[in-house]
Amino acid sequence: MMSKIRPVIRFFLLLMLGLVALPAGGMGDLLPPLQYARSHNGNPEALLVNILLKIRQNRLDAALQDVDALLHVNPNFRLASLIRGDLLMARAKPLTAFGSAAGGTPEQVADFRDEARVRLQRYLDQPPAGRIPKYLLQMQPEQRHAVVVDTSKSRLYLFENNAGEPRHVADYYITVGKAGAEKLREGDQKTPLGVYFVTANLAVEKLSDFYGVGAFPLSYPNEWDKRQGKNGHGIWLHGVPRDTYSRAPKASNGCVVLANPDMAALGKTLQAGLTPVVISERVEWVSVEEWRSQRERFKGEVDAWRRDWESLDNERYLKHYSPAFSANGQDFTTFSTQKRQVHAGKSALRVKLSDISIFQYPGKENLMVVTFTQDYHSNNLVNVMRKRQYWQMENGQWRIIYEGSA
Amino acid sequence: MSRSRLLSLFSALAAALLLTVAPAHADEAQEISLLMKQGQRDKALERANNFLATHPKDAQVRFIKGLILTEQNKAADAIKLFTSITDDYPELPEPYNNLAVLYASQGQYEKAKTALEMAINTHPSYATAHENLGDIYAKMASQAYDKALQLDKGNANAQAKLAMIKDIFSKPAPRQPAKTVLAANAPATTKPATPVVPPATPALASAKPATAPITPVAIPAKASESAKPVAAEKPAPESGKGDSKEAILAVVEAWAKAWSSKNVSAYLKHYAPDLVLAKGESRTNWEKTRKERISKPKSISVTIASPEVKSSDATHAKVTFKQIYRSSGLNSETWKTLLMVKANGKWLINEERIGR
Repeated sequence: MMSKIRPVIRFFLLLMLGLVALPAGGMGDLLPPLQYARSHNGNPEALLVNILLKIRQNRLDAALQDVDALLHVNPNFRLASLIRGDLLMARAKPLTAFGSAAGGTPEQVADFRDEARVRLQRYLDQPPAGRIPKYLLQMQPEQRHAVVVDTSKSRLYLFENNAGEPRHVADYYITVGKAGAEKLREGDQKTPLGVYFVTANLAVEKLSDFYGVGAFPLSYPNEWDKRQGKNGHGIWLHGVPRDTYSRAPKASNGCVVLANPDMAALGKTLQAGLTPVVISERVEWVSVEEWRSQRERFKGEVDAWRRDWESLDNERYLKHYSPAFSANGQDFTTFSTQKRQVHAGKSALRVKLSDISIFQYPGKENLMVVTFTQDYHSNNLVNVMRKRQYWQMENGQWRIIYEGSA
Repeated sequence: MSRSRLLSLFSALAAALLLTVAPAHADEAQEISLLMKQGQRDKALERANNFLATHPKDAQVRFIKGLILTEQNKAADAIKLFTSITDDYPELPEPYNNLAVLYASQGQYEKAKTALEMAINTHPSYATAHENLGDIYAKMASQAYDKALQLDKGNANAQAKLAMIKDIFSKPAPRQPAKTVLAANAPATTKPATPVVPPATPALASAKPATAPITPVAIPAKASESAKPVAAEKPAPESGKGDSKEAILAVVEAWAKAWSSKNVSAYLKHYAPDLVLAKGESRTNWEKTRKERISKPKSISVTIASPEVKSSDATHAKVTFKQIYRSSGLNSETWKTLLMVKANGKWLINEERIGR
């Protein structure tokens, strides 16, 4: 087999791959690409990474064979088609840059380059073993899975609830908003950052092909977003149209979009009304020890609040609330006045909390989203409700800044 | 795709066949091709069929029949015929090339690619096949790009096909001598200055008749300067200064010996620094490819037969011979021409061509 590959393409493909820094000292901890691809059992992304690494090693004929095989199974994987085009074109004429001969707009080529970069980055920068996102402090027993999204890495991580401890199950390439992350208002084409829950599982047959094999609305804007004056709606997890395998890293109107096979797999794990989806710009990973101590510390805070409430000592109880508290049209003053009145008529109170979930808010805001079933039993009222609180760190103290039914 | 290259290919093919396959029936073949050239395709086909009834294995006439079928837009029949020629004469690159052209005109680039790779496999330095393969890669690349960018696939395919036919057959462009040698040299041994076989293509019918022969005719003008029979018949007096034909031939023998003994570095030392390569091919890459090819077979034997040396002046010579190549993977016999140049007292190969 002849090999008339120009040095130019090598240079540029290397340049493209050079966008991702290799770990110092080579690929020490990484599985060799072939083993990686095998261990991912025909996963198109693993195959693509394998191809990119072969290009990096100048094994261009082998890369072309692999890309042909990949496209045979996934004919609509456009990035793979582009790379195939480059590998073929490099035999016909010198190329000046990645995708330069494709005849697309600079934006189209940049989209492909970005997709290649983030997918390769996933291989070079694998989720840290033994570490978990700091957000998933406590999952309630019914929550079988939790989802964490890293918008800067175009990645969605799926964790299973292993007796309260999140265990990494899978992760997927995703598309986020055209304008990036941190949605503020309607039409800004950004993906929101925060703690959300899957609210529904929409019937695909009633949706257009645009949403692919699944669509799961999220609870944006949540209580905190509304308080911040954020607006907009219709932020979903969904699939892609059938004419493509994937979309560019930044291409949606704010939704989190997955390849159809990935959406189908993820969809099986999502529970409407239950599954948490934490969307972060850069996911922070912590050790299990750190995660456990943070969880215990914060569970202690919630339990102290519960006990102080049972004590019917208004000062002890109300010190758990922030002066900036507001919920259901009440500010701290009206809220505390009302509570004092209620407590005055009570001689005994027992509060039991169960099915507690605790999720730390991503980003700089030191915020916890706590949801639980509250079994309230007093001398004159018995009530069971599902409640959600937002706790914020203020001057070294965790204080409740919002509470309401969930 | 430069159709002129493929255009010349057709004529080259026939020419090469005349040379490589013992031309027992050269006259018949020439007359049939003359008929075809005159546009009398039915008559030419009838005569070819009559001949093949008694000589079913004749490569030349089958080849010309393939060209006639191509002209008649019977691509499927032509493909079948050329395929059968490659079955019987797998060492000939030309039928593979022709197959590639037919496949490419149908948009079957994968098959075209395979056929060209076969041609190159039999003749690694076949510049035309290399270039055609480059063009096929470009076509395949553009299909891949169209998929990547979601361009209208139906249209894109149709355009590619049309463009190819038009490109291949109707816009003659200046060509580099290296790629046209077969076309240029062959006539000298058969019919001077006339292409043996006119370019045969479906599109030819609509192309200006005048454009068709341009390529084959244009080239000889250049190449023949050193290849005129006159020059050949005169025992070049310039070669007297110790550079007897024997001396040059000894260099060629040494080259074949280095090749046979799989001594890559000795083999490569026989090539001049400014060796003429296929368009776009780098010296480094060429050396790499040669090294691979020479290293790969367990054994190689290269024999030089019926050599002819012609020197045009004290530092230039043209050596033509039959190259008998035997290796663990491939046997082939082909005519080869080496253009030699003397630099610093040493004869080096400046250009290597298939055919003579």
